[in-house]
Amino acid sequence: MPADSMTKPDTTTNSADATPAAAAAPTPSPDVLRRWLRDMMLIREFEVRCMQAYQNKLAGGFLHVYNGQEAIAVGCVAAMRPDDPIVTAYRDHGHALARGMSPEVGMAELFGRIGGCAKGKGGSMHFFDVDHHMYGGHGIVGAQIPLGAGLAFATKYRQEVMEGTRSSRVTMAFMGDGALNQGAVHEAMNLAAVLDLPVIFIVENNLYAMGTAIERCTAAGAHITERAKAFDMDSAVIEAMDVLDVYRDMKPIVERCRETSRPCFVEMRCYRFKGHSMSDPRKYRTHEEEERWETHDPIERLAAHLVDQDQLTGEAFKAMGKEVRAEIRAAVKAAEASPPPGLDELYHDVYTDTWGPYTGTSVPPFMRRRSSDRGPQDV
Amino acid sequence: MSEISFRDALRDAMSEEMRRDDRVFLVGEEVAQYDGAYKVSKGMLEEFGPKRIIDMPISESGFAGMGIGAAMMGLRPIVEFMSWSFSLVAADPILNNAPKMLYMSGGQLGCPIVFRGNDGAGGQLGSTHSWCVESLYANVPGLKMVIPAFPADAKGLLTASIRDDNPVFCLESERMLSLTGDVPEGEHVVPIGKAAIVRPGTDCTVVAFGRAVHFVLEAAAELEKSGLSVEVIDGRSIKPLDIDTIAASVRRTNCCVVVDQSWSFASVGSEVAAEIHRVCFDDLDNHVHRVHSDDVPAPYAWNLEQEMLPNARKICEAVRSVTYTA
Repeated sequence: MPADSMTKPDTTTNSADATPAAAAAPTPSPDVLRRWLRDMMLIREFEVRCMQAYQNKLAGGFLHVYNGQEAIAVGCVAAMRPDDPIVTAYRDHGHALARGMSPEVGMAELFGRIGGCAKGKGGSMHFFDVDHHMYGGHGIVGAQIPLGAGLAFATKYRQEVMEGTRSSRVTMAFMGDGALNQGAVHEAMNLAAVLDLPVIFIVENNLYAMGTAIERCTAAGAHITERAKAFDMDSAVIEAMDVLDVYRDMKPIVERCRETSRPCFVEMRCYRFKGHSMSDPRKYRTHEEEERWETHDPIERLAAHLVDQDQLTGEAFKAMGKEVRAEIRAAVKAAEASPPPGLDELYHDVYTDTWGPYTGTSVPPFMRRRSSDRGPQDV
Repeated sequence: MSEISFRDALRDAMSEEMRRDDRVFLVGEEVAQYDGAYKVSKGMLEEFGPKRIIDMPISESGFAGMGIGAAMMGLRPIVEFMSWSFSLVAADPILNNAPKMLYMSGGQLGCPIVFRGNDGAGGQLGSTHSWCVESLYANVPGLKMVIPAFPADAKGLLTASIRDDNPVFCLESERMLSLTGDVPEGEHVVPIGKAAIVRPGTDCTVVAFGRAVHFVLEAAAELEKSGLSVEVIDGRSIKPLDIDTIAASVRRTNCCVVVDQSWSFASVGSEVAAEIHRVCFDDLDNHVHRVHSDDVPAPYAWNLEQEMLPNARKICEAVRSVTYTA
């Protein structure tokens, strides 16, 4: 899709049985918009410092940054309730931060430290924060989508079977466009449709499955929401370089899903400013294309909107940038100060119980600070 | 105690746990309206309704993953594979997600889920439907694996599996579903990781798992005629493995044969043999002998399939060889 085509969002539904449209999303207040701007800037700065840390060998493994796609995580999280679960793939930092994970905890995970969200055992691709209803961070393309169906199954089951109330929580299951061709995704979409699961399948279509352009690997790649029809599912296309568009279009979708307990499929049209991972020379796309998309930077876009509306001054924007940089700098410092996991952690958290070399399980230190007396299943 | 079938024992375990704990539910192909492809869940839809006994599309990867997602939120799913052979298409969720969730989340959330179904040769089903998955899957840390051979253990081990906070793979056998035996009524829990001596003997220890236990019992009866007293150990759990019970027996008999219905290379059998060599090195009069399924795809023809299995004849030969009485 050429950047030029990014005009107004083209939101379509193609369900056979018409569901009542939920009320339009209220216009967010300037305070809320400034918070979203800050949230997106925090994610961007987090990613910038991740890349530095990676180059400085403070972080290892694979690193997939979210630059350019921030409006999706921030806009989607704004459109849902704090107790609505989310799950995503390996490009997960933005979702975790948007959900409320402390940058220090994320950075410590990246550095392989005990202060990390998974005590340094998960790494960049496996950010979990159960208190914030963030269920990972999963490394295998598409494998998180059946899990997302399961989260939706669980919220519905808990309410309908165990509590005798109506299902009222919505799960968002995020994936990249590369996941579209995984069997597990199709299986999960079919299950969600057959079982009426309240889950929204969100494809962050950044046009490349790693380095393979969507038109080279995905049949009818220009019309991926057509796939929803096959599962009798509502769908929408959202121009996702603008957080206002994401929020405005997602809010009624979320509410309709909450109301009807029917799954939905959303294509977020976006662009990955950086490569697939840190080892990606991006030979499969042109500089011109990258530059064109960079003019649609979601952060600059919202900042310009706020300045335009006299809701943000240039000075305040600068101050916000300074504040965010300081916060992430502090997170890096705190992460560096966190020690690596003790070698006793190797055999910890493999099983919940103690047998053979295994030493049971305990929640990570960052959660113990938050609440001291919870088990792994008390979610 | 009442005499019931292996099939009924499995159903009693699930039903009793579902009455006790409303977090437990059953999903799988044909588990509800069809009453179970092998009638294991017969009548459960009627008792528990369609929100807890749920028919699945033929999408093992999808519904195994869905079960795992539900377990991540603290529910306790039972996922039935019509056959473990069909679990191969769900290898990613059952091996990559379920057993690693606790570790990768640093202890934030685990995966209390049971995967269960028929394992091993069913009877002329050909190679694709005759998988013994124990050696493939037992290699993975984070899961537990039980493999009952008798109705009472079917109930007790499945009950323990449903109550366990970790993912448990329960390996049953189509060939044993109609086997009957005394099963305690009401709550009956067999702890995971405890083997049982099912026939005491003095000359040789034979360790087996699941259906192969019955091949060993057949062999032991045959060997008794020629004066060989075989101690038969039913491993019952593969992971954790109860090496203590096995070793105590081997220290008495000084000889051991391990019988495992999966292929020999890098198998449960090779692992058990290695462990026995490690802990009983000075007690052994001979190296541990192993009997496996032949290292070929499971054939269709009846005679070939019977020959392929770790049958009583091969076990007798191994016991005679290991005891120097061949």
